[in-house]
Amino acid sequence: MAKQVKFLQGNEAVCEGALYAGCRFYAGYPITPSTEVAEILAARLPKLGGRFIQMEDELAAMAATLGGSIAGKKSLTATSGPGMSLKMENLGYGYLTEIPCVIVNVMRGGPSTGLPTGPGQSDVMQARWGTHGDHPCIALTPSTVQEQLNETVRAFNLAEKYRMPVILLTDEIIGHMREAVEMPEPGDLAVVDRKRPTCDPKDYLPYKPEADGVAPMADFGSGYRYHITGLNHLPDGFPSNDGKLAQADEIRQQKKVDDNYDEIVVVDEMMCDDAEILIFAFGSTARSAKEAVQMARAEGIKVGLFRPLTIWPFPDKHLLKYKGKVKRVIVPEMNLGQTALEVERVLKGSPEVEGIFQIDSEPINPITILNKIKGGK
Amino acid sequence: MARHQIRLSGSGGQGMITAGIILAAGASVLEGKKAIQSQSYGPEARGGASKAEVIISDEEIYYPKVMAPDVLVALTQEAADKYSKDLVDGGILILDDLMVKTAPKGNWKVYMMPIIRTAAEKVGKAMVANVVTLGALNEICGFVKPETLEKAVLSRVPKGTEELNKNAINAGIELAKAAKAQ
Repeated sequence: MAKQVKFLQGNEAVCEGALYAGCRFYAGYPITPSTEVAEILAARLPKLGGRFIQMEDELAAMAATLGGSIAGKKSLTATSGPGMSLKMENLGYGYLTEIPCVIVNVMRGGPSTGLPTGPGQSDVMQARWGTHGDHPCIALTPSTVQEQLNETVRAFNLAEKYRMPVILLTDEIIGHMREAVEMPEPGDLAVVDRKRPTCDPKDYLPYKPEADGVAPMADFGSGYRYHITGLNHLPDGFPSNDGKLAQADEIRQQKKVDDNYDEIVVVDEMMCDDAEILIFAFGSTARSAKEAVQMARAEGIKVGLFRPLTIWPFPDKHLLKYKGKVKRVIVPEMNLGQTALEVERVLKGSPEVEGIFQIDSEPINPITILNKIKGGK
Repeated sequence: MARHQIRLSGSGGQGMITAGIILAAGASVLEGKKAIQSQSYGPEARGGASKAEVIISDEEIYYPKVMAPDVLVALTQEAADKYSKDLVDGGILILDDLMVKTAPKGNWKVYMMPIIRTAAEKVGKAMVANVVTLGALNEICGFVKPETLEKAVLSRVPKGTEELNKNAINAGIELAKAAKAQ
């Protein structure tokens, strides 16, 4: 049977994805251009037996999101740059205490209040390093409204599987545009639930990882009593000031992501096989780049698009295939060169990275990219 | 079919964004074409120039914004002046005769029509000016079948307003027919 097709806004598709994944708790504080996520879930969650709460600010919203997850509900919060800045303290708490949840950042112009109604992509490094301390990071960058839905489901799955916060790093253009979406039926997309303990509650150690590096997580209130702290801790959850143990634990957490690169990192490589010029672009800018690649191909120019759906961990392994193979690499992005730095790190000058950096709150026009392709270095 | 790039503009609150959503949803969900709707707006909730953009094509659409519109609807003078700058040569310009006193100059086919007056006086509610617009726009450009437009409108309007909205579509079609006959 043909799938149901709906004409959805990007932010609406995030909600559909979250509900499909089994999200039943949302805590947030409204901010343009993410507000529709809160608005829609406020209406829909209670009907599904879920809870929606508007907190006094984003700091509290992040705390409540973690709380919802500790209580056993898949939890979501959505915000934009200024709100993301406020969430950083509790996001770090989420990493250290290994609490699964999904944070949607619909990027706008910044810093500070910036350009509230226009698009931006300036929070790439914030997603990776915005909270202090070494920690693993997963951030996904959808380019279509369909991907807003599917990648939200994937974000929940990764959060649950690896027991950590996952960021959906989208932007105003994708968040607010509308296009047709094929609605998945139950069973079409995988839905992952966290491991829960099966041992006797008195034997439960909340931070004793199994072979996959992940410890089963008990719902608070389910009879498993345990301690959660933002201090480095022992397997029983109580604080420890032992630096050696802390280092080993942080490395284990980082390895949860590093060792599973092949599962976590998804890249769409379009017309890259014979490409002499590679465009690296994500999110809405990848749409501009795709248009530019089509235009250039029509003129016989051998150019391909490398589009990461996972921006963190950075797609090093995928990108390395092009080191020394392509003549030029162009990175268009709505910031002043954040992912370009990472592309440089991977390619180590072969070839040199050329940027198209734009922060005027306007999408990068395909013609701008086409001109760069045709203009030479 | 070539790619149609349509810009619907006016003042925030006039329903141009809703009109864009209805048109694009009709083309994509009901007729299986590729369609994208996007919008831009200022920090104001009401007032200020507001625009919705719709792209309809038989082929995949990557860049979601209108690069140069071939059709522009403007329900205010400010929108007409601001958003007509990149209207393509030979493009279609649809204006409201009450709000737009001076039609911008260009090599375009201009339709100056009483959209808002028709909504307020003939249909009976000024707020359906956006649906009158859709009726007129689709009659002139033929983006979707007339029955598709009606279905798309009716699926997005509040219950109990179906007749009002059908009347608004038909009033728009009549306006366009009259304008085309001139």
